[in-house]
Amino acid sequence: MKNKLGDFDVVVIGAGHAGIEAAAAAAKLGSHTALFTLTLDGVGNLPCNPSIGGTAKGHLVREIDALGGIMGLAADATFLQSRMLNRSKGPAVHSLRVQTDRRRYHDYMKRTLERIPGLELKQAEITSVYIEDGKVRGVYTKLHAFYSCRAVVVATGTYLGGRIFVGDASYASGPDGHHAALELAESLKQAGVEMRRFKTGTPARVNRRSIDFSRLPVQKGDEEIVPFSFLTPGEGLENKVVCHVAYTNENTHRVIRENLHRSPLYGGMIEGIGPRYCPSIEDKVVRFADKERHQLFIEPCGEDTDEMYLQGMSSSLPEDVQDAMYRTIEGLGQLEIMRPAYAIEYDCADPLQLAPTLEFKKIEGLFGAGQFNGTSGYEEAAAQGLVAGVNAARRVQGLEGVTLPRSGSYTGTLIDDLVTKGVTDPYRMMTSRSEYRLFLRQDNADERLTPLGREIGLVTDERWERFLQNREIRQSERERLEKTLLKPAQVKALLESRGTGVPDASVTAASLLKRPQIFYADVAGLIGPRPEVTPLLAQSIETEIKYEGYLARQQRQIKEVRRAESMRIPDGFDYAPLKNLRLEAREKLARVQPKNLGQAARIPGVSPSDISMLAVELAARRGREEQA
Amino acid sequence: MTRDTVAALATAPGTGGIAVVRISGPQAYAVAAQVFAPADKARKVEEAKGYTAMYGRFLWRGRPQDETVALFFRAPKSYTGEDVVELSCHGGAAVTKALLEACIEAGAVPAPPGEFTKRAFLSGRISLTQAEAVMDLISASSRSGAAAAQAALSGALYQKIKPVTVQLTALAGHIAAYIDYPEEGVPGLEEGVLLDTLCRARETLRALIEGYDKGAMLRMGVETAIVGSPNVGKSTLFNLLAGFDRAIVTPIAGTTRDVVEQAVQVGGLELLLADTAGLRETADTVEAEGIRRSYGCFEKAQLVVAVFDGSQPLEEAGRALCESCRGRRALAVVNKTDLERRLKAEELAGYFTDVIELSARDEDAADKLEKAVAGVLQLTGAEPGGAMLANARQLSAAVKAAGALDDALEAERQGFDLDAVGVCIDDALNALYELTGESASDAVIEEVFSKFCVGK
Repeated sequence: MKNKLGDFDVVVIGAGHAGIEAAAAAAKLGSHTALFTLTLDGVGNLPCNPSIGGTAKGHLVREIDALGGIMGLAADATFLQSRMLNRSKGPAVHSLRVQTDRRRYHDYMKRTLERIPGLELKQAEITSVYIEDGKVRGVYTKLHAFYSCRAVVVATGTYLGGRIFVGDASYASGPDGHHAALELAESLKQAGVEMRRFKTGTPARVNRRSIDFSRLPVQKGDEEIVPFSFLTPGEGLENKVVCHVAYTNENTHRVIRENLHRSPLYGGMIEGIGPRYCPSIEDKVVRFADKERHQLFIEPCGEDTDEMYLQGMSSSLPEDVQDAMYRTIEGLGQLEIMRPAYAIEYDCADPLQLAPTLEFKKIEGLFGAGQFNGTSGYEEAAAQGLVAGVNAARRVQGLEGVTLPRSGSYTGTLIDDLVTKGVTDPYRMMTSRSEYRLFLRQDNADERLTPLGREIGLVTDERWERFLQNREIRQSERERLEKTLLKPAQVKALLESRGTGVPDASVTAASLLKRPQIFYADVAGLIGPRPEVTPLLAQSIETEIKYEGYLARQQRQIKEVRRAESMRIPDGFDYAPLKNLRLEAREKLARVQPKNLGQAARIPGVSPSDISMLAVELAARRGREEQA
Repeated sequence: MTRDTVAALATAPGTGGIAVVRISGPQAYAVAAQVFAPADKARKVEEAKGYTAMYGRFLWRGRPQDETVALFFRAPKSYTGEDVVELSCHGGAAVTKALLEACIEAGAVPAPPGEFTKRAFLSGRISLTQAEAVMDLISASSRSGAAAAQAALSGALYQKIKPVTVQLTALAGHIAAYIDYPEEGVPGLEEGVLLDTLCRARETLRALIEGYDKGAMLRMGVETAIVGSPNVGKSTLFNLLAGFDRAIVTPIAGTTRDVVEQAVQVGGLELLLADTAGLRETADTVEAEGIRRSYGCFEKAQLVVAVFDGSQPLEEAGRALCESCRGRRALAVVNKTDLERRLKAEELAGYFTDVIELSARDEDAADKLEKAVAGVLQLTGAEPGGAMLANARQLSAAVKAAGALDDALEAERQGFDLDAVGVCIDDALNALYELTGESASDAVIEEVFSKFCVGK
C-alpha cells in the first residue's frame, strides 16, 4: 500500500459534534483513534444557532454527560446565558438551554481533543473508505495518503456533498466558507450504502451595531443557573449577555410573498427534503398565511464579536430580498448583514441500514453518526457520536456492541426511532417522542446512565465518586423525608397559604411533597435544609416523590417492554421462508433486521399477529436447536 | 409485544350446554375477582389456590348474572403456563357474550385466535408439533384479521371512536407543541378547554361503552324485563319464551319473589330475559325485596314487556306502569284473552311501542309473542351487528382509553403539571390508535407541525 501514513484502530470522519464525541469516546476506551476534519478551524463549529440544549435536547446533553461525554462540560465552560425552559410545565419537561460563545466553544473542543491520549486530530479530506470482504480496512485522503483502520465513524454533517443555495445562486460548499467533501459519498455508494439527500437552512448573521435595540423586548437568563454537567460546580456561574425578541409584520410577509418565485425551494431547484420542525421564514409565511407576525430572537454569537444570529428567520431567498425582508422588522431598519442566510443540501444515509449500535448491518466496522444518519441538531449528533464511538472501539476490541434501550434514555429513543422506524425528514428530538418521558428526566440522567458509562469505561473515577456521593445524598434525603413526621400545627400555615387541606394527624414530610402545591424548598424550610442537596438533586428527589404513582406505572410498562426485548432474534435471521407472515411484514423485518421481539414490534407495518407468529417461530427454532 | 391478560371463549361458540370463558395472564385473578362473585362471601377469588373451584354468579356491571363455576389454576401449572381462571356458565350465546364483555370491562383484552395455544407453547407447555398447528392458526387469523379490521373500521362504533381520536390527537399535539416549543408563541392551554375536551372525550367513550349494548344489542343480547302486577301471567310468558319451565308458576300472587333470568332466542335475537316479582304493596319482607329488585330490573332494561290481565280493568298500579313505559322500548301484552275481557288494547296504545293480545294457553302464543318482540326491536332501531371479535377489540380499546382519560382528569384535578396529564392522554391515544395499527406518537408529531408554526 503506497503512501501509507498511519495505522489506527478507529478513524472518525468529521470533527463536528458527533465526530468529537465519537473520537473522544473511542480514544478513551483505548482505541488508537484519528479524527479527520476538513479544517481544524471548524472543530466543534456551531454553523447554525449559537446555543446548546433546549427541549429534549437539553436532556440529551445531560445524558451525554452522564455517560462521560464532553458536550455538557464544553457548554458549561463557554456559555453566555443560561435558561431552564418549561419551568411551569412539569419536571419531566424542564429543559436547559444556553447561549454559547461560538469561538470559545470551538477553542474548548479543539484544546480538549488535542489533549486526549491516543487521539490524533488531523486536517485532511477523506475521499474514500477502503472496504474489503465487507469489512472496513482503512481510509484514503485527498492527498492520496492511506490510513489503515478497523472501524470508521462517518460524521460528515452537512459537508458531505454539501451544496449551498441562495436565490438562483448555488455552489458546492460546506457551512461558513468551509469546502464540501465531494468524493466520499460516491465511495460509500459503491460500498453499497443507500444514500439520500436532505436539506436544512440557517438565517443571516448581522452586525450588532446596526440594530436599534431600544424598542425590542429583552430576554434575560435565569438568576439561579444550573449547569449541564454533573461535574460542574453550581456556584459562580453567571449570565454575560441578553437576547432580544423581534417580530415580523405584514410588510415582511409581503416582501417574501412577492419574491417567492426567486426562492430555490419554491423554484424547484432544491431536491433535498427539509426538516418539518425547522421551516424557513418563507415556509412559515406560506404555510401559516393567516399568522400576522412571526417571532424572532436576536442572539449574540460571542462576547468578542458583534455578530448576531437571527433565530427564526432562516431563508434561501436572494441576498437583495433578504436585505429588504429583514429591514422591514422593527429595530432592524438599518440592518447590516454579515453572512447571508442560506439553504444547504447534503448527502446522508438511510438509517434503516444501521443496527442499534449505529454500525452498518452489511459493512463490519462502518458506523454513522449525526446528520449523516438523517438527524438534525448538535445534541442529537453528539449523542449518536458517543454511541458510535463506543461501539467502534468495542468492534475493534472484539467486544459486543452496546445498545441503549429506548426506555432508559432519550439517546436510546433517538437511535431506536432511527434504526427501527427510519426517517422521512431530518429528525429532531422532542419530549413527545418518548413514551417514558416522566422517567427520562434531565434531573436523573446520571442515575439512569452513569453506571452504564462506568461499565463501558468512559466514566472517570472523579465522575464515579461524584455519582456515588449524589446517590447517597438522594437516598438518605428520601429516607429523611419519609421518616420525618410533622404535626398539623407545624404545617398549617404553609398548607393554608397554598390552598391545600390541613391533615388531622401528623404526616411525613414526603407525604406533603406528594401534593402538587408543595415543593422541596417548603419542606426543607420545615425540617431543616441540607446544604449538600443541590437544586438539581432537590428537583430529582421532589419529582420522584411527587410522581411516584406515574413513575410506578411507567416502570411497569418498561418491564413489559424489556421482557419482549429480552427475546433476541439471531443476526441475519431469514424471514423469507416464514410464509405464515404477511409479505409486507416479512419485507419490513428483513430490512430492519430487529435485534429482538420488542424492536420488531415497533416496526411500522408489522402487526401484533405477525409478532405472535414470530415469537412462536423463534421458540420453535430454539427448541429444535436444543433437540439437535 | 406486551403480556396482556387475555380472555376468550374456550368452548365452541354457539348455544351449547356449558360455555367456558378462559382468562389467562398476570392479571387473571384480578379480572376474575371483578367479574365473579362466590356464593360463599367468605371466599376470596384472589386467594384461591390452584386446582380449586368456587360456585357463584358472574357479575356484569355490578349485577349478578348466570350461575357460574370458577376453576382456578396457578402459574405455571395451567394450560398456558400463566395464571388462569376458567369461568363456566350456561352456554347461551348472550350469556357468554355478557361474561366476556364483563371480563373486557374489567381490563382483560380479547384473545385473538390461537393465543392460548401460543402462550402454552411459549411457556413450554406443549410440543413443537403442536406449535406448527398454532402457527397456521395465527397466520390464518392474521390474513382474515386484515379484512376484519377493515370491516371494523367502517363499523358504527369505530365511526364514533374516530372523532374522539381526532380531538385527543389535536389536544396532545397542542400540548406537545406548547411543551417542545416554549419560546415560539404557542398559546397555552386554557384549563377550561383542556378539561372540557378531556371530559367530552371521556363521556363519548363512556357512552359508547355503556351504549355498546344499544348498537350491539342483538349481538350481546337484549336485556328484557317482564313486569306487571301480581298474577297477570308474567312467569307464564317467561316460560313460554324460554321454552321450558324455568320460573315457578302458581295461581298464587307473589310466587315469584326474586328476579329470575334466562337467555332465550327470539326470532334470531338474544333476549336476556328477566322475570320479575309482581309489582304491588306487600308486608312480606322477602317479597318486598323482590319487588324492589323488580323495579331495578325494570329501570335498566333495554326492552320492557309489560303484562296486563285482560280480564281485569286497568287500576292504579297498571296506569302507573303505563306511564313509566312511555317513550321506552316497550311491548304491552294483554294476557288471558280467553277470559271475559275487561281491558281493551286501545287503553294501552300511546304508552307502548306496540300492544298485542294473547292467551298464554293458545298454541300460537309463543309465535305471536316472538313476532311482537322482534317487531318492537326493529321499530326502535336495534340493528343486527358485525363480528364479535372486532367489536370486542374496539370495546377493549375504549375501556382502556376511558381509564387513561380518568387518570388525565384526575392528574389535572389534583394540580399536576401538563407533563403528567400529557402522558395519560398519550396512553388513551395509544389505546385508540391500536385499533388502526397507527402510531399515536407519529400522529401527534404530525399534528404539531401541521397546526403550529414552530421551529427556528
